[in-house]
Amino acid sequence: MTVVNTAANAESVTYNYKVVRQFAIMTVVWGIVGMGVGVWIAAQLAWPALNFDLPWTSFGRLRPLHTNAVIFAFGGSALFAASYYVVQRTCQARLISDTLAAFTFWGWQLVIVAAAITLPMGLTSSKEYAELEWPIDVLIAIVWVVYGIVFFGTIVKRRVEHIYVANWFFGAFIVTVAVLHIVNSAALPVSMTKSYSAYAGAVDAMVQWWYGHNAVGFFLTAGFLGMMYYFVPKQAERPVYSYRLSIVHFWALISIYIWAGPHHLHYTALPDWAQSLGMVMSLILLAPSWGGMINGIMTLSGAWDKLKDDPILRFLVVSLSFYGMSTFEGPMMAIKTVNALSHYTDWTIGHVHSGALGWVAMISIGSLYHLIPKLYGKEQMFSIPLINLHFWMSTIGTVLYIASMWVNGIMQGLMWRAYNQDGTLTYSFVESVVASHAGYVVRLLGGGIFFAGMLVMAYNVWMTTRRHIPEGDRTAEAIAAVQGGLS
Amino acid sequence: MDINDLRGLSTAFLLIAFIALVIWAYGRAQKKPFDDAANLPFADGDVAERTRNEVVNRD
Repeated sequence: MTVVNTAANAESVTYNYKVVRQFAIMTVVWGIVGMGVGVWIAAQLAWPALNFDLPWTSFGRLRPLHTNAVIFAFGGSALFAASYYVVQRTCQARLISDTLAAFTFWGWQLVIVAAAITLPMGLTSSKEYAELEWPIDVLIAIVWVVYGIVFFGTIVKRRVEHIYVANWFFGAFIVTVAVLHIVNSAALPVSMTKSYSAYAGAVDAMVQWWYGHNAVGFFLTAGFLGMMYYFVPKQAERPVYSYRLSIVHFWALISIYIWAGPHHLHYTALPDWAQSLGMVMSLILLAPSWGGMINGIMTLSGAWDKLKDDPILRFLVVSLSFYGMSTFEGPMMAIKTVNALSHYTDWTIGHVHSGALGWVAMISIGSLYHLIPKLYGKEQMFSIPLINLHFWMSTIGTVLYIASMWVNGIMQGLMWRAYNQDGTLTYSFVESVVASHAGYVVRLLGGGIFFAGMLVMAYNVWMTTRRHIPEGDRTAEAIAAVQGGLS
Repeated sequence: MDINDLRGLSTAFLLIAFIALVIWAYGRAQKKPFDDAANLPFADGDVAERTRNEVVNRD
């Protein structure tokens, strides 16, 4: 490219905010849908009659609908929005193709709608977090490859020298998820709605959890760390604490995560050495995980007072605290003797949600509150007090959720391993289910509060995106909304 | 030479690669480039402003 061309570009280049807007709005919509289904199935576990005795609304069909909706619809849309926004702004270049970007938006929404139809129908490959049948898997692969083209194409045409660290994380997330999805979903179709996995037995289990844990490591961690590395410095108005640490922990994180999958298969038919390898790699993983947490939190070093009056920053920093907490808990649970107590109990569910609600959802929500006004040419969100209200609902909801699951999980683990002197089991399984009821109700309460917070957000986003609201009306409406929310 | 030598060598290689990465990243030569890179989120004011005007005018 000649110097003249670059100069001409520099005077006319603008960013593609349209596709970012679309994904940002759908993040809120799918968040409400996915978390709403989550609240419903949480209520089913407390009161099973809520499955209405219908196959389409039974727990076994709605649970994958919940996980797919929150991970891939809510989390996926948030990642598309953030990565398209960040790659443009840190490369100072427009997305390489508006058409291909639009294709990824509509393609991804089609995948989500197809999931929402097929999963309640009971069409499933039965692989956890990869339940969708093969025609949808093919569509995901196509959309994902186009996503990679748009993202890396934009990096290639960047007008700055460096590739900002957030883009390294987004790039690793895009490449690895493509590999994981294509390998794990390899299957032999027998009809449009039924296929059989290319793998069998312990190999199938190992491929599944290599996929499953790296869905956590690259979809739910690397991608959201990319979000963190842009929105935390932006909102704190200062560069990241240590760029050097970000490079070291990036390479360490992506090299080690890929080995941690076997900890999902402790005490199974998987060879013992593979289980121990997975355990050791999971323990090592603490270091690069905390590298990211420390880097994010320390970015506020010297500017802690900003937390006093900026609820967006509070969302971002508390999400990092939950990230640090769950990446300590994860390695601990990967220790085989700890896992002997925690595996198959609600402790696992609590651990997942301290990451999913506390880290993934809260960093996304904080980022969206920063992002949405910018996409609509506004100074800030319609109501800051409503962001603060949402922050407290999210935090309290998450704490109630994970605390109730810790209590339930440890109780279940202890009840299941209790023996009488003659070697018989002290408790029948159903006694542990009965004992879990109170925890299930508290979990429903916590999840319900978190879900209600998303409705507050939807109102705030809706009011922000409306055109031309006079200043006086805004304040009055915000006060009314807060009073309504608190009463 | 059997498979275990390869395993040992690959572990040694990864350790050396990690140490080299740390030395490189924390070396003096990378100070300025990394500082430049760390400031990228704050360096695109003109393009962001132009996009903002485009958005406001369209709405």
